[in-house]
Amino acid sequence: MNTLNSTITSEANLPEETRAQKYDDKPAETVIEEGRTVGKPLASDPKFKLRNVEVFYGEARAIKNISLDIGRNEVIAFIGPSGCGKSTFLRCLNRMNDSIDICRVKGSLQLDDQDIYDPKRDVVELRARVGMVFQKPNPFPKSIYDNVAYGPRIHGLANRKSDLDDIVESSLRKAGLWDEVKDRLDASATGMSGGQQQRLCIARAIAVSPEVVLMDEPCSALDPIATAKVEELIAELSASYTIVIVTHSMQQAARVSNRTAYFHLGHLVEVNDTTKVFTSPEHELTESYITGRFG
Amino acid sequence: MPTRKDDVYGDHISHKFNDELAELKTQFLKMGGMVESQVDKALIALVDNDGHLAEEVRAGDKAVDRMEVDIDEEATLIIARRQPTARDLRLVISVIKMVADLERVGDEAKKIAKLAIKLSEEGQAPRGYVEVRHIGNHVLSMLHDALDAFARLDSEQALRIMKEDKRVDEEYQAAARTLLTFMMEDTRNISRCMSVMWVLRALERVGDHACNIAENVIFMVKGEDVRHTPVEEAEKVVGR
Repeated sequence: MNTLNSTITSEANLPEETRAQKYDDKPAETVIEEGRTVGKPLASDPKFKLRNVEVFYGEARAIKNISLDIGRNEVIAFIGPSGCGKSTFLRCLNRMNDSIDICRVKGSLQLDDQDIYDPKRDVVELRARVGMVFQKPNPFPKSIYDNVAYGPRIHGLANRKSDLDDIVESSLRKAGLWDEVKDRLDASATGMSGGQQQRLCIARAIAVSPEVVLMDEPCSALDPIATAKVEELIAELSASYTIVIVTHSMQQAARVSNRTAYFHLGHLVEVNDTTKVFTSPEHELTESYITGRFG
Repeated sequence: MPTRKDDVYGDHISHKFNDELAELKTQFLKMGGMVESQVDKALIALVDNDGHLAEEVRAGDKAVDRMEVDIDEEATLIIARRQPTARDLRLVISVIKMVADLERVGDEAKKIAKLAIKLSEEGQAPRGYVEVRHIGNHVLSMLHDALDAFARLDSEQALRIMKEDKRVDEEYQAAARTLLTFMMEDTRNISRCMSVMWVLRALERVGDHACNIAENVIFMVKGEDVRHTPVEEAEKVVGR
């Protein structure tokens, strides 16, 4: 019976070769191959169809041959270390890069099967359809009301004052801000708290009834409570809008998105269902990034 | 990026996080060693009629229970502090579940120790101890291999344990039939044989828990849950 003793495990008496473990728990994919993305880069009902996209800043190639679909009413999160190209790629989606002289965009980028970079395309109309919210809240130095009414006015979405009032109210309601500001719509927007200003910017973005909302680190300047409110808002908005969010907070990506795209040095390394990315990613680099092994 | 093969949980930017995960693993293996020794001692106490050793096992269960609570607390703190993801998350979640299995194995050891005391007090010639010894050795080596598979993140070994569990079940059935024959031979054997039957039952449960641990190891390594799936399915997952 004493032979049983020999089977007792303790870490100390594991033989040397078993301690030098034969790990096989690494994701199968370890190399980056240009133009190849592991996981599910395509969607069945794409709002955006992006093929072989490349972006250059002068001679430097910031985006290297990326192909991706963004589904209708999907929330997709772009994550990756600083300088990986996620914001650059996001800004291609409504031609925000046009304002940078040395920036060139190559490849096919389609919104509802229409070329985004068609020279005949009306960029103002494009940006009304594809709205954007930035890292820092950037309200106009005007009243709360005027901030939200600005877009509908210039796009002629309201003929009468009462229509405009309705748009302002419903946008502020959707942004979860109405109850906080309804008694001071004439007050200056710059006097609001950071979190309120950011939600105001979201209200301003959705006032022109966009189809897509791009968010470039919308919560990085906000406290946890304001962040929670914005995330709550993203969940509600996702019923009727397509949302693309760039975030440095992995937990935020895990909380708000359906799919997560991992960028690395201008490559799109992996796109997968968010649950998959955060429990068992397919690519070693994704795993290293989300588990905090490099940043 | 992990480059050192022997340090798959150890290359975070945060060294503190590395330490916490390493400590969690160490504590789990320590608890595993404790539980193995509890089962081993309980079986020796039974076969050698050693009431003193059996008492020691019963007392030792408290330390096992304490370890379960400590490891759970450590795992909870890691989740709260680090929000682990991917393989780190799978490690923490699996440890929480496997610790529960180890604690139950500890309970089975205590059960065997109690029966050992009862049987030694009745003091008759041993019946069915051959089977106890055989199945005991079998499940102990399964438990050992399961902990070893955890330590080495070896999903193939974990798969072998899942397969072994079927054989333990068969051995248990066969042993139960043997004991039934003894009982039919002489009804005075019934009380004793029932006690031995409970020991066998406890050992069979130890095998089940070893199998659960093995399933968790496959989850840790492969990221896929193979509980409640046929072994063939687990085989495919491990082969990937």
